[in-house]
Amino acid sequence: MAQRIALGLLTLFVISLLIAFGVELLPGDLAQEILGQGATPEGLRVLRLQLGLDTPPHIRYLDWLGGMVTGDMGLSLANKRPIAELIGPRLSNTLFLGGFAAMIAIPIALTLGILAALYRNSLYDRGVNIFTLTSISFPEFFIAYILILFFAIKLGWFPGISNISSELSFLDKLYRTLLPAASLTLVVVAHMMRMTRASIINLLSSPYIEMAHLKGIKPLRIITRHALPNALAPIINVIAINLAYLVVGVVIVEVVFVYPGLGQLLVDSVSKRDVPVVQACSMIFASVYIFLNLSADVISIVTNPRLLYPR
Amino acid sequence: MKKTQINNKPLILDRKVSRRNFLRGSAALGIAGSTAGLLTMTGNAFAAGGKRGGRLRAGIAHGSTTDSLDPATYENNFTIQLNYGIQNHLGEVDAATGAMVPELAESWEATNGAQTWIFNLRQGVEFHNGKTMDADDVIASFQHHMGESASPARSLLDQVSSMRKDGNNRVIFELSGGNADFNFVASDYHIAIKPSKDGKIDPTDGIGTGGYVLKEFEPGVRFLAERHANFFKSDRAWFDEIEMISIIDPAARQNALATGEVDTIDRIDLKTAHLLARQSGVNLEEVTGTKHYTFPMRTDTAPFDDNNVRLALKYALKRDELVEKVLYGHGTVGNDHPIAPSNQYHASTLPQREYDPDKARFYAEKAGGVKVQLSAADAAFPGAVDAAVLYQEHATAAGIEIEVVREPNDGYWSNVWMNKPWGACYWGGRPTEDWMFTTAYQGGASWNDTFWKNDRFDELLLLGRAETNRDTRRAIYYEMQQIVSDDGGAVVPMFANYVFATTDKVGHSAMAGNWDMDGAKYFERWWFV
Repeated sequence: MAQRIALGLLTLFVISLLIAFGVELLPGDLAQEILGQGATPEGLRVLRLQLGLDTPPHIRYLDWLGGMVTGDMGLSLANKRPIAELIGPRLSNTLFLGGFAAMIAIPIALTLGILAALYRNSLYDRGVNIFTLTSISFPEFFIAYILILFFAIKLGWFPGISNISSELSFLDKLYRTLLPAASLTLVVVAHMMRMTRASIINLLSSPYIEMAHLKGIKPLRIITRHALPNALAPIINVIAINLAYLVVGVVIVEVVFVYPGLGQLLVDSVSKRDVPVVQACSMIFASVYIFLNLSADVISIVTNPRLLYPR
Repeated sequence: MKKTQINNKPLILDRKVSRRNFLRGSAALGIAGSTAGLLTMTGNAFAAGGKRGGRLRAGIAHGSTTDSLDPATYENNFTIQLNYGIQNHLGEVDAATGAMVPELAESWEATNGAQTWIFNLRQGVEFHNGKTMDADDVIASFQHHMGESASPARSLLDQVSSMRKDGNNRVIFELSGGNADFNFVASDYHIAIKPSKDGKIDPTDGIGTGGYVLKEFEPGVRFLAERHANFFKSDRAWFDEIEMISIIDPAARQNALATGEVDTIDRIDLKTAHLLARQSGVNLEEVTGTKHYTFPMRTDTAPFDDNNVRLALKYALKRDELVEKVLYGHGTVGNDHPIAPSNQYHASTLPQREYDPDKARFYAEKAGGVKVQLSAADAAFPGAVDAAVLYQEHATAAGIEIEVVREPNDGYWSNVWMNKPWGACYWGGRPTEDWMFTTAYQGGASWNDTFWKNDRFDELLLLGRAETNRDTRRAIYYEMQQIVSDDGGAVVPMFANYVFATTDKVGHSAMAGNWDMDGAKYFERWWFV
């Protein structure tokens, strides 16, 4: 366990190095991006001095690393605001949307998957497969626009953009984020559903399942009681990957619904070369991935007695 | 709702009227041009005076997490409009006439060959923090953009040799040379007047004299402000609250308006503008301003150092086709100089340059054949790559070979513009001829993107700047436009309209064309009907 965590931290460190190097490779710097067309040599010189861009990149990286280790994310280069303050509300928005989508998507995916395994090769199975595979094949923005067209413009049931702010009540927030959560759900359900179905069906030819059949147990009970617990490990892994996707892969959905999440902040900061913010966002995204994978491992172990009590 | 306090001696403008504000989509509205540079309004939305109340929500195409409240950093529509919501300036462009009229100044006066400028300040104007505005605040606000400052206004204020107060309500500027347009310069949008403390302003406190008091500002997301109870203009700032949301994606922006999430949006996607206009309850607005698109050639680099090449290329372009296909008709053709039809001294008598393959071929042969690369990216202006490809087609007919090089949007301004020999560019335009020419056409100017230098032009520029006689000035600026058109390095194919939209609940008077969205002052000027 300790080894896994140490490896996770090492991965984070390597990622931070790669990001710093990568952003440094992009053409232009923050001063040029801020001044844009209006840049003059004199303006650039003064701005670079004000922004502290005159120090070499490796010194800036070490400064940043030192701060990060002590829990200080530092200040945004561009607007001098503390990065923690900048990221805080965005992160909670992204987690809110991701969590909401997960709440809808995971139960649906598991139920559909289990039922598909139960009635495999039936009309129902085919129908669910076609529907979920179709929805995953469309790009997210397309699904998002289709949902907006029908539910916001034609029917007028939901707002066309998810403009949320702190003054809204929890229920209002849920209402306003339902469309983006639904788009995300449509995108992630197929993967989880297919994996549930496949890993259960995989087990159905095992001798112990055959034994259960011969004992006369009902198919639904065989699947939920005998097959599912053994199939959980791969399902949990797929769920973890999709959860991570819900947090880090929602940029496009955020843009279409004008949802003030972390992805938009990252895109903005990359285009303006605001390195500390890019670093901080990337660290958060990387941590989410590592944390979720770690949890997936742990949960698979917990659900598998053979791994829980190794000989 | 005409302003009564105007006391504008030096520059009363006698411009033509029908030149700019034409509005579409609202059938009841009509503009009747009249004499003496004033618009006469009819129709409901133009009723004299607004109605108080409501929260105006605007969806704006700009806005980035790197935005800040510091006036020296304003550069996009989000920050410029926010600025006009919470702060004021010495003067403002009058929406109806396009003239510069006093705002925080009560009046101004140029003496000594326009080398000394006296600004008399309005008295009893209150900042949001309760302080009363005085000359010290004005001086501190100007100083924020002078000296060691990264402010884009710094180069504009280089001409100020001294600034002093005369009593609490008068500021006197001494300039290094005469400038009859200094009232325009002093009202630049960057130079917001903010409260000072010990001779310094706090640039990021968000406090101004404006019609609204800042409540919330989340860069790249949202801006919220409520009405300033002691606002010094009684006939402006009608809303109780104003909210601006950054909506970068054009489809999302149009959705937001169509579903009533916002009351107004800017930067309509021109491809689908006609569809939006069909939506019930939506008014499409269109204003011709100074915004223009250019193809600047580096005149210090072969082959563009040869004027025959430049002329060949200028004759090898079908401008009307660009207006029709790239702007979808929302614009007017340009004449290879940057002065817009809405500018005071626009050379309307200068013959329009037309597509002429024979002339183009003639100049190309004189130059020994023309084979050039044109670098373009949509970062320069929307549709720049398409425009470049059309240009290529037009030029082929004249035996001129243009190879279109598609450049990445990212880093376009630092890597391509003013670096590659020939590229694409946009200019928001400037309110005065002098300002535009000084910014981008004077020899050695830092944004002279054609690296063009013409002695006669530079000489006329200085003459025109100090000239206070309007007829002499007009003659000078006409000649300058002709020189740029015939010798300059920029192909100016078109002027692009500002196209934006509101719901039919929004009322307004004649709209200004100096910026997008009613001169970026819609928070102050519009109301709910």
